[in-house]
Amino acid sequence: MPMETVFSVKPFLAVLVSLIAIPGIISSRSQNIRESWTFAAAGIKLVLVLSMLPLVLNKGVVEYTVFQVFPNLGITFRVDAFGMLFALVASSLWIVTSIYSIGYMRSLDEHSQTRYFCFFAVALSATIGVAFSANLLTMYLFYEMLSLATYPLVTHHQDKEARSSGRKYLFYILGGSIGFALPAMLITYHFTGTLDFTGHGVMAGHVTSGTALVLSLMFLFGFAKVGIMPMHSWLPAAMVAPTPVSALLHAVAVVKVGAFSVVRVFTGIVGTGVLADYNISLVVCVIASFTVIVASMIALSQDELKRRLAFSTIGQLSYIVLGVALLSKSGMTGGMLHIAMHAFGKITLFFCAGAIFCATGIKYISKMKGIGRRMPITMTAFLIGSLSVVGLPPCGGFISKWYLVLGTIEAGHIAFLFVLLSSSFLNAAYFFPVFYNAFFCSPEEMLFEDKVNEAPLWCVVPLVITAGISVVLFFYPQPFLNLAKLAVQNVLGG
Amino acid sequence: MTRHLPALIIVIPLLSALVTSGSGWFNQKAPFRIAVSALLLSLLCAVLMLIQVVTTGIAMEYRMAGWAGPMGIVYVIDHLSAIVLVVITSVSCLNLVAQRKNIHAEFKDKQGAFNALYVLFTAGLIGMTATGDAFNLYVLLEIVSLSGYALIGLGNTRAPLATLNYLFLGTIGATFYLLGVGYLYIATGTLNMAELTTMIPKLMDSGVILFAFIICVTGLFVKMALFPVHGWLPDAYSQATPAAAGLIAPLTTKVTVYILIRICMTVFTPEYTFDHLDISGFIVLVAVVTIVFGSLSALAQKNVKKMLTYIIIAEVGYMVGGFFLGNRLGISGAILHIINDAAMTLALFLAAGIFIWKTGGESRSDLKGLFAKMPFTMAGFVLAALSVVGVPPTCGFFSKWYLISGGVQAGNYLFVAALIFSSLVNAVLFFRLFEIAYFEPFGEDEDHAHGHGNSHGSHHHVGALAIKEAPLDMLVPFLAACMALIVLGLYSGTIITNIIQFAIPTGVI
Repeated sequence: MPMETVFSVKPFLAVLVSLIAIPGIISSRSQNIRESWTFAAAGIKLVLVLSMLPLVLNKGVVEYTVFQVFPNLGITFRVDAFGMLFALVASSLWIVTSIYSIGYMRSLDEHSQTRYFCFFAVALSATIGVAFSANLLTMYLFYEMLSLATYPLVTHHQDKEARSSGRKYLFYILGGSIGFALPAMLITYHFTGTLDFTGHGVMAGHVTSGTALVLSLMFLFGFAKVGIMPMHSWLPAAMVAPTPVSALLHAVAVVKVGAFSVVRVFTGIVGTGVLADYNISLVVCVIASFTVIVASMIALSQDELKRRLAFSTIGQLSYIVLGVALLSKSGMTGGMLHIAMHAFGKITLFFCAGAIFCATGIKYISKMKGIGRRMPITMTAFLIGSLSVVGLPPCGGFISKWYLVLGTIEAGHIAFLFVLLSSSFLNAAYFFPVFYNAFFCSPEEMLFEDKVNEAPLWCVVPLVITAGISVVLFFYPQPFLNLAKLAVQNVLGG
Repeated sequence: MTRHLPALIIVIPLLSALVTSGSGWFNQKAPFRIAVSALLLSLLCAVLMLIQVVTTGIAMEYRMAGWAGPMGIVYVIDHLSAIVLVVITSVSCLNLVAQRKNIHAEFKDKQGAFNALYVLFTAGLIGMTATGDAFNLYVLLEIVSLSGYALIGLGNTRAPLATLNYLFLGTIGATFYLLGVGYLYIATGTLNMAELTTMIPKLMDSGVILFAFIICVTGLFVKMALFPVHGWLPDAYSQATPAAAGLIAPLTTKVTVYILIRICMTVFTPEYTFDHLDISGFIVLVAVVTIVFGSLSALAQKNVKKMLTYIIIAEVGYMVGGFFLGNRLGISGAILHIINDAAMTLALFLAAGIFIWKTGGESRSDLKGLFAKMPFTMAGFVLAALSVVGVPPTCGFFSKWYLISGGVQAGNYLFVAALIFSSLVNAVLFFRLFEIAYFEPFGEDEDHAHGHGNSHGSHHHVGALAIKEAPLDMLVPFLAACMALIVLGLYSGTIITNIIQFAIPTGVI
């Protein structure tokens, strides 16, 4: 397999660009100048990421060492197919979310917007940093940076609820990373002598089956951003954040960083061979399946729209883990692809939730009867988003679910096929009533005037864009699909 | 010139301490200026010596007044003492510069005395680090202790009592050490460390040597406040004035740990300490208890400075435990942590000094609204706190990295668990402070905190809390200390491979 390695500063720049924008954001005199800094950073970031895409699609990798901390371990970036896939999703959605942020934050007249945009920029730097990490140390560094940068965003309202949610958030996220991931990382380093991500992992031959299992589980629960039960309850709590934060961070960046980290560690550190030989993959599959089903069932009972979406996210994240842990070619492709597909679908749903809140101040599903007449564009986008998350055509989510389902059959684990199918059924059961009630209700039940009155344009345009992309991805999943296939090829060979 | 550096580094501050105390009668500003320039010169000497030792790879020896050892007093600057000297002089210098306003406000007409004690204390620490003579070390230890008692006693109204307590325990510790040195002298007939090293292997089974070791080390444990002989530290450090606390808290325990390492490795040799004696396991256990106890006690404190003092106790456990793991990684971690913890503690105490200067209170609740009022100070404080928690790329992460790796290598998972536990507790401790500074006083009113620290006019609610930062001459040294945390973190690999590696005898794997 020809592998071209290019040494270039581009990955570092892609990480750095949003940090560089921060002094600009802070010192801007007007809101518009401040937001143009955000857009400039987001645009440059996307361009930098895109500029590396052709090389990565040609099986090349881009490498850059920022700082050699230890002789054989440093802060190093390495852009490969899997990292590119995630970086592409995060950096493109940052632009859309920035548009949405303007609409949302200004129409609700939120306080401390400068702080908000600053930490958003830091969070995006950290996200790209995780995506491009070449070793576990670098990944851990950016993972923690993201945890800390998100805290002021989650607790933006600075009231009692934000305070307790912030506590919960830190308890799980920091507790997990310091309590489990950090020691697991050091124990791995002790046994293997390296923390570089390689195609086949580094643990093989260095650890016993028991150690490998314990370390794998420490990583799985330690990277609590992936929200595997019982490390999930920070996510619903984090919904107190302003909706753009929930949308980009708690449907895309933060949670996917968790999923990405787990997948990266499983493939690059533990190694698929070790996962299969010691039957760790099966344990992980069972844990993930449990989360998939239980999270979906809890979602059914949530009346607050954002909380329902949060539980849905918890379930969907475990799809990614489940898919990769199946260790079959299609399963892994599906799992990795789901990072992208779910991102576009779920961010649309969050945008819709936020738009509804902006326009009407309503958070609860039971009070949304008839809202479709008032906000038809938003609710149509909501339908598309739900279709994508449930995994039905003509939306991108169908493609990843298709591969996941194939993966269960390929791996010979039919039980997980039923998990996926029953979860899809549950997903439909908690999403469609929202849509149904929005449009189909008798005039007596109707809670809104029969007059179109959408959220501000800055809010509506982004959700139309992401809904559109969700549909387009059904017909043209190639960029993400190819990257996922390449990534699987790197891991499984062939 | 270079040859005399080991003498100059201590002679300059020692002599200027005398000048400083007198100069206060002639000019109010003179004591501060003399003290700062003396410390700067010492810092320069320390840096030059470090460069020389690292480039040549050979330890520098200096015979005081030309008397050769073992009769005369020899100063030895090797990799270990060179780096510790840089730490001592830079911390002392930075703290003095940062605390100028504090000192001026607090000691108006006694500035001469304070600055003299300050420089004398630093000179004592420098001497303790540089000396190659076990008895001379005791003399300097007493200089440090006496000037330390005076510095702490100058604090608030309750300080004299805390000092008395410190004095009792400190004297016991120093006496134990002296007794140990006496026994060593009886058994070997020398006080020169280099000579002692050559004699210990022949005397490994001697009961006198064993007793000397135990009593020396016990004395040092008292001096560094290891559990259960830690009682003096929290009161003494928290009652001291910020200027004194900023010097004593980062340095005293760290230099004592250095002395412990020096005594165990250079005098008693690692073979004796780790292989011949079967006490390492027990001491690591004591260290674990210290870590857990220090962390939990810190949780119970409402006073910010007091909380910091208990963190210091926990950190002493880190270093002692790491050292007694007895492997290269653990010892590297312990030595690295001497440097890193000095920097972290300095940053934290400087922050505490700024809080007290600005708010007048020391309690947790005095931090209300500080993120809005003092964003730069709080940014630095967050950085220092993250370093204590152990978040990369700050230096606290990397010393923990080595300490945990050492624990894993030694198979001592209890120590690893204690370190992780302490990190988690530290996270709780500091985020509890951040919460107060971030949410209060806004948390109570339900209609959101409009006007939270948004000074940029981009928001039409005018900030209820305008930015009121600390004065620049406090803020700049503080932020410099905070930046040092990141620099030390990134260069920790370099420090290990170029300096600390050579500080550990090759016999230690």
